[in-house]
Amino acid sequence: MQFVEFISTHAPILILAIPLICAFLTPLVSRISDKARNIFVTCAIALSLATAVLLALDIYANGARTYVFGATSPGIVLPSGMNLPIRIMYEVDGMSIFMVFISLIVALGASIYSWAATDKYTGKDRYYTLLLLMVVGMLGMELTGDIFNMFVFFEILSISSSALTAYYIEGDSAEGGLKYMLLSAIGGLFVLIAITLLYSQYNVLNMAALASSIQYTTLDIVALGILMTGFVMKCGAVPLHMVTPDAYTVSPANITAMLVTASQACLYALFRVSFTLFGKSIIENMTYGTVGIILIVIGVLSMFVGVTMALPQHDVKRLMAYHAVSQTGYMLLGVGVGLAVMGDSSQMDAFGYKAMEGGIFHIINHAMYKGLLFLTAGAMLYMTGTRDLNKMGGLGHKMPWTAGFFIIGALAISGVPPMNGFASKLLIYESVYQFSPLLSIIAMVVSILTLASFVKVFHSAFMGPQLSDYRNAKEVPKSMIVGMCVLAAVIVVFSLFPDWAVKTIVDPAVDALLNNAGYVHNVVGGA
Amino acid sequence: MNAETILELIYAYTPFACVAALIILGLYCCIVRRNIIKIILGVSVIESGANLFLIAHGYRTGSVAPIYTLSPSDTNPLNYALPIPQALTLTSIVIGVAVAALMLSLAIHIYRKYGTLDVRKITKLKG
Repeated sequence: MQFVEFISTHAPILILAIPLICAFLTPLVSRISDKARNIFVTCAIALSLATAVLLALDIYANGARTYVFGATSPGIVLPSGMNLPIRIMYEVDGMSIFMVFISLIVALGASIYSWAATDKYTGKDRYYTLLLLMVVGMLGMELTGDIFNMFVFFEILSISSSALTAYYIEGDSAEGGLKYMLLSAIGGLFVLIAITLLYSQYNVLNMAALASSIQYTTLDIVALGILMTGFVMKCGAVPLHMVTPDAYTVSPANITAMLVTASQACLYALFRVSFTLFGKSIIENMTYGTVGIILIVIGVLSMFVGVTMALPQHDVKRLMAYHAVSQTGYMLLGVGVGLAVMGDSSQMDAFGYKAMEGGIFHIINHAMYKGLLFLTAGAMLYMTGTRDLNKMGGLGHKMPWTAGFFIIGALAISGVPPMNGFASKLLIYESVYQFSPLLSIIAMVVSILTLASFVKVFHSAFMGPQLSDYRNAKEVPKSMIVGMCVLAAVIVVFSLFPDWAVKTIVDPAVDALLNNAGYVHNVVGGA
Repeated sequence: MNAETILELIYAYTPFACVAALIILGLYCCIVRRNIIKIILGVSVIESGANLFLIAHGYRTGSVAPIYTLSPSDTNPLNYALPIPQALTLTSIVIGVAVAALMLSLAIHIYRKYGTLDVRKITKLKG
């Protein structure tokens, strides 16, 4: 019992520490055997996921949790005689733990998938080290309550994911990796400049303490703008989306699935900044409408440009990458509508809350089905050696599992009724319609175009007669199927019980975003 | 306004003018230059600007290094330089080195493959 209590007390740091320590143990374990290392890495992620579940149960029962580093007890938020927190602090609420689930589930699927997917390559010990570091980067961004700490994890995430994108120098991977790193580096520096602007005025780096003291001066508005630009750069929304398809195309498939969650970690940072850090001041200054509309405009542009660019593609991963841009638009639209009516409680109750539910539910749905689709694309690449749809055909005869998983993913992304993508898209359509009918119609049109585009992929890759080039093709190795199975299982569960999913994990996340007073109260006390 | 106050103002604002100049120069370099090495240099210049920005906030003319045990015993506590920006800058410098190293190593691979560093000729990924 004491052990469980210990784990529960230190859960916020254990979630992060387990993959971090295991990352640097991986090269040592590799000396034993490849199999030992593969199991070790997967166990590390699974253990971290188990800790996250334990923490989540506690958070859903008792509210947000703070964890202070270096204090005599992790609960001491304010050191004696201080008005402001000076130690690095993790603050975990419903939204953070929701994002942690997404990152860890996709990482679990991707790590199992990579057992067999990388078997023709060398240098896998460092590959897995980087993979675990990428998980650490995402988790750190999602758990931290300190804005400079967030910047550090942002950079860890950028470096490890760009190194993984170009890990196997073949084809154009160096080009994609460099583009990704370049944009991430500039985005990271923007974040650092904004942090300096805020720190120089208020002398704190803790997000809750900053949120309580922000005056919303001109300098703060500039800082908000720079912060948002920095995070939008990496989350793959439209004005700065050019790097997304390049990096997603050339990276190994399991890394691409994780790049999707990496971009969502930046999306989380964007929401955290606009709702929690600046939430109080934008409500008081009545500018929530403007900030919300900025997110909506970015979202609608992403949806439309993403899907129209996806239609003419014939590289399967590039096509899916443009759909990732388009789906990010749905999340920005849903949450943006929520932000645009944040200060107006009657509109918030009427449709704002529902729009945010839809946007946030779409984050987890998208991570699962887009992860699954990228993994199936990796399976096609593994068997055929090409990403070009014009050269593929008839794979359905030889690869029934991959075809089945592709159908699940494609139906979910197009929002066809029984699937989980439909559940979240319906929430967005219904609520956004009350905000502005036009936006809702655009969202539906985009959804139809998505379906058209995936029908094309399915037809040209899986249907038709067997091609003589792929006569020897067979189903991919078992570990790749298991990896895809993990993500497909989550999709099926969410498709069968969308109500349960929304009530259990999505609602606490929405409440956490809207309750910025509570976030502040946990740290600095007072109202 | 006498000459002394003007001089003081110039002293106070010079670092921030440098910060703005460095960041704008770096961004210009990233956007306009066609050579990958120069683009990477541009990122490094922006980073120097951000680091200088942090340091400039924590320093005041005549202040003492914030090491309590080594400073003169009669130091006014208000006369210490602010230590946190220095710690932040060190972190950011370390990150910057890692980023620059990674980007340069990728540039080497690109040069090996294409035989050029001109971004107009490296266009395999587009559309």
